[in-house]
Parts: sequence; structure tokens; C-alpha cells
Amino acid sequence: MRGPSRRRDLLLALAALAVLAVLPLVFSSRVLTDFVIRLAAFGVFATSLNILVGYGGMVSFGHGLFFGGGAYAFGLLMQKTGVSIPVAILGSVVYCALLGLVVGAICVRLKEIYFSFITLAFQMLVHSVIISWSSFTGGDQGLMGGIPRPPFLGVNLAEPLPLYWFACVVGVVCLLAMRHLLETPFGYTLRMVRDNPERARFVGIQVWRIKLAAFVIAGCFAGIGGMLMALFVSGAYPEFAYWTMSGEAVFMIMMGGLHVFLGPVVGAGLLLLFNDLITKFTEYHGAALGVVVLLFALVFRRGVTDFVGQVRVRLVRSGRP
Amino acid sequence: MDLTALGECVVSLSCIVTQTTSGLIIGALLFLVAAGLTLIFGVLRVINFAHGSFYMLGAYLAITGYGITGSFTLAVMLAALGVAAFGVVFERVFMRRVYGSDVLMQLLVCYAFVLILDDAVKIIWGPEFKSLGMPAAFQVPPLMLGGGVVPVFYLFLISAAALIAIALWYVLVKTRLGKIVRAAAHNPSMTSALGLNTGVIYGAVFAVGGLLAGLAGALAAPVRSSSPGMGFSILIESFIVTVIGGMGSVSGALVGALLIGLIRSFGSIGFPMFVEGIMFLSMAVILVVKPSGILGREGR
Repeated sequence: MRGPSRRRDLLLALAALAVLAVLPLVFSSRVLTDFVIRLAAFGVFATSLNILVGYGGMVSFGHGLFFGGGAYAFGLLMQKTGVSIPVAILGSVVYCALLGLVVGAICVRLKEIYFSFITLAFQMLVHSVIISWSSFTGGDQGLMGGIPRPPFLGVNLAEPLPLYWFACVVGVVCLLAMRHLLETPFGYTLRMVRDNPERARFVGIQVWRIKLAAFVIAGCFAGIGGMLMALFVSGAYPEFAYWTMSGEAVFMIMMGGLHVFLGPVVGAGLLLLFNDLITKFTEYHGAALGVVVLLFALVFRRGVTDFVGQVRVRLVRSGRP
Repeated sequence: MDLTALGECVVSLSCIVTQTTSGLIIGALLFLVAAGLTLIFGVLRVINFAHGSFYMLGAYLAITGYGITGSFTLAVMLAALGVAAFGVVFERVFMRRVYGSDVLMQLLVCYAFVLILDDAVKIIWGPEFKSLGMPAAFQVPPLMLGGGVVPVFYLFLISAAALIAIALWYVLVKTRLGKIVRAAAHNPSMTSALGLNTGVIYGAVFAVGGLLAGLAGALAAPVRSSSPGMGFSILIESFIVTVIGGMGSVSGALVGALLIGLIRSFGSIGFPMFVEGIMFLSMAVILVVKPSGILGREGR
């Protein structure tokens, strides 16, 4: 039944990749490519949070833990061990999976606001460790001295264009993987656990296992987002693991809409665009962002993609006699 | 890490006195902020993420009030009443609209206000650090207790917070008003079915929360420097306090605030870089062992 939709997703991903690949050849603008790289990092990060929030009903306030975790693991592996980039990526994903397993095993048993608070606590705990273990992590200065980017398999990520293409491929592949995952029986079990945990328990599903699996998977993808960011800025900073980072991801999924798979990516794009534009016009960037957020929360009351979806439904209905 | 310094401190009376009073100061301010936060959560089941900004607003209003009137008493009153009024407007105009939606919508509205208020403070009072200065009445030589130095203002601040704690307990437990508030917390629909206007109760709870946070800001203004963004750190610490004490429990907020105050003041000697880490660790441990907090009720 889901065969055709899977093929459609794949085609869509390939089309997006093709467009993204030729984009810098048509418009050779550093601003544009930098934007797309950041969008890839934050799009993957926000979508991974939406696995928990939108599909799992688990409102995590600590997702930045994995963004920072992935960035630091990748940066430290590159700086201290001299392994190749693919190995370091694999290492940072494995690290995030282990981190997700340990933190998740403790967190997922708590419900609602208590889950939110304990994820926040763990994130801030790790942030404190990063700040205080300065001999290893560079403390509040972050990982100094840049992250080496040796070429692998003929790809040289120290060059801007290959880095851009690499970020596009990683971003699209991650989104496709998450989409695929959410359309598997696991994805539908997760939705069931969100909507009716009691019923899920009655049909023999071990609710905490499903939640833990979602937590680990979301953590791994968030780690990849952090890794992309570390590659882009050639460093890792404690802010990556600070609670404002989790707050931004929450912003993104709320702005874009959490009921449509690509909503968080749209939200990430909007927030990045807004941040870039507004800093040009006013130094009171916070107040301007605050007004926009208030508008979203009180006037639209939903994300952009949900809004578009509803308008479309209304148009289709009014078109019928 | 400097655990030997901590070891030396806990065997010297003067160091114990100094650190305990500074811990009590932190605890007293934290209690005032966290009490409002926990009260709002207890009654409305809403987490006011903008509560730290209430505290900031209180500090700045006090600075302005003191500058105009020259009287610290008037400055404190201006701050408390001003923030209380702001709390009512914030609740009646904005928060009221998102009670039905999920916690993320509430988070968004509050966070929007955090951003707007931070910038508003920057525009009105400027981005630099400001201090109210020690009011004239408290410019007296500090007391010496067991070899430790205790400024008179510290004693005033601690006793003010203690008095407010007692008053809050009295109102909540002994008066009809307190009964109504507790009823609204326990069963809002039944309370409104009995003919009590829950809208007024909710507004009043935000007013009390604002009053307490405004008081805390005003009392902190002479001893701490104020800056835009000062609400952020106190908000996070108040979260820790409410979670440790039990969300919705005012007495729990008192216990949690004193605990965190002492951890901060003694921890800053032994492990200055990891004080935050210890605080979050205690929060995580409490959430795992007893999610309802030390003094919170089970269930709900």
C-alpha cells in the first residue's frame, strides 16, 4: 500500500538534490550556499526533534544535548585521533546512540512536563560538564584551533563547494531516512503510543521500549545535525548544548508545523532567514522575533505547513458542488 | 575543583557564617520567584516561562523608583505593584488564549515575552549593568557574627522573605481566599460550576506571582547588578527549585530554594565551575526518585 508513496518520496528527494546540486552553479553566491548548509544542519536537527514531539508526543526540552554531543564527538575525534571523516561521523553517531540509550532509559519513563524537565536537566548537566572539563573540551571557549578536514575518497571538505554538496547529500539522505522510518510499522506504533498508550499496552506493545527507540533514533539524527554544523563552523561551542539550542528547535517545529513531515524544515528555513534578515535592519532582534513568535502563537495558532494544508482542504471542499 | 578549600571552610565558624548568609540570600530571592512560579503552576497547570522576566522588570522598576523618589520603600512598592499589574495584563490578554493548546504554545507565548521584555529593558534602561546602590538606611557597618561578616541589608532581605513566606502560608491555608485558590487548583471546572469566576482567580494568581517576582527583583537590586537577560538564569534556577520542592507546592519551593541557595554558596568554594552541574544533577535525581518533588503530592 505504501509502495507508491515511498517511491514518490525517493523521487522527491532526488529532485531536491538535483536542484540543490546545480544551485551554486547558477547563482554563485556564498550567502546562498552557507544558508543551505545551515538549513541542512538545522533542518535535520528540528525534524529529529519532531520525531519525539510530533510523532511521539514527548516534548523534550533537552534535544540540544545531542546536537552538541554530535558536534563535540565529531570535533574531538577529528582533532585528537586523526581518523578519516566518515569514521568520525560514524563514531559521533555511535556516541549519540549510546548517550541517547543512557539518558533515554532514565527519561522516557517520566510523563508530560516531568519528561520535559528531566531532559532539560540532563542537557544542562552535559553543558556544565563541557564548561568545566576545559582541558578536554576547551571549556567556554569551545573546541579551538579548527577541525581538520582531510580529503577522503576524493572529496575535499575544506573546499566550500564540496562541503556544500556534502551537506546537501547528508541532509536529504537523513530526511529521507527519517521519513521512511516514520512510515514503517515502528512509526505507526509510535503514533499509537502518542495517541493512546493504554491501548498500545493492551495490544502487547512495550511502550517504554518504543519511546526509548524513538529517543535514541532522534538523538542520532540530531547528532548528525550537530556534526554538519561543526563541519561548517569548523568548531564546536558550548552553546550547541545549551538550552537555547533546544528552544530554537522547538521554535522551528512550531513555526513550520509539526503535523507535516517537512514542517520543521520549513520552520528552520524561516527562522534562519528571519534571523539573517532582521539583524541587518535592527539591533533589537529579540523584540522583532518575539513579535513574530507571538503572531504565530496567537493569530495563526499553527505552523505554516498546517496553515497551507488547511487552506488547501478548504479550497478543495469549496470547489465541490 | 578545590575541595580542600571547601574542607577548610566547613571547619571555620567565620566561613560558615559568611557562606550560610550568602546562601540564605540566594535562597530567599529564589524562594520569592519560585513561589510565584509554583503557585501559577499549581492553580493553572501552566508553566510561566516568562517568570524570570517578571523578576527583571521588578529590579528595573525599583531602580527607576529609587531614582525618582529616593525612598527604597516606595521603590519596592512600585516594583511589586507594577509587576503585579503587568502579570494580570499578561495573563488576561495573552496567556488566557493558549490554555487550551499544548504546552509548546504556552512556551512560545512566554518565550516571545522573554525576548520582547529583554529588548524593552535594553531600550528603556540601556544594555549596561545597573545597580540601585545600597539604600541610605542600610549604609551602616556590617554585623560580626562568630567572626563572619553579615551586612545589615542581608538580614533585612532574609527576614522580609521569611515574613512573606509566613504571609503566603497564612493566606493559602487560613483564609477563604486561599481556600478558593486551592479549590481552583484542585478542580477548576467544579470551582467555576459553584459560581466562582475562575478568570478572576487566574488573573489574581498571576498578580500574586508578579507581586512576588517584582518584590524579589526590587530586593535584589541593591545587592546584585541588573542587566537585560538577568531573568534567564533565575528562571532556570527557579525551575530547579520548583521541581526539587514539588511542582505546585509553596512550602516545597521554600525547602528547594534554601537547598539550592546553600549548594550555590558552598559549592562556589569547592567546585565553582560545576555548581550548575550539581544543581541539575540534584534535579535529575529528584525527578527519577520522586517526580512529584520532596513536598509535592503524589498523583495528578
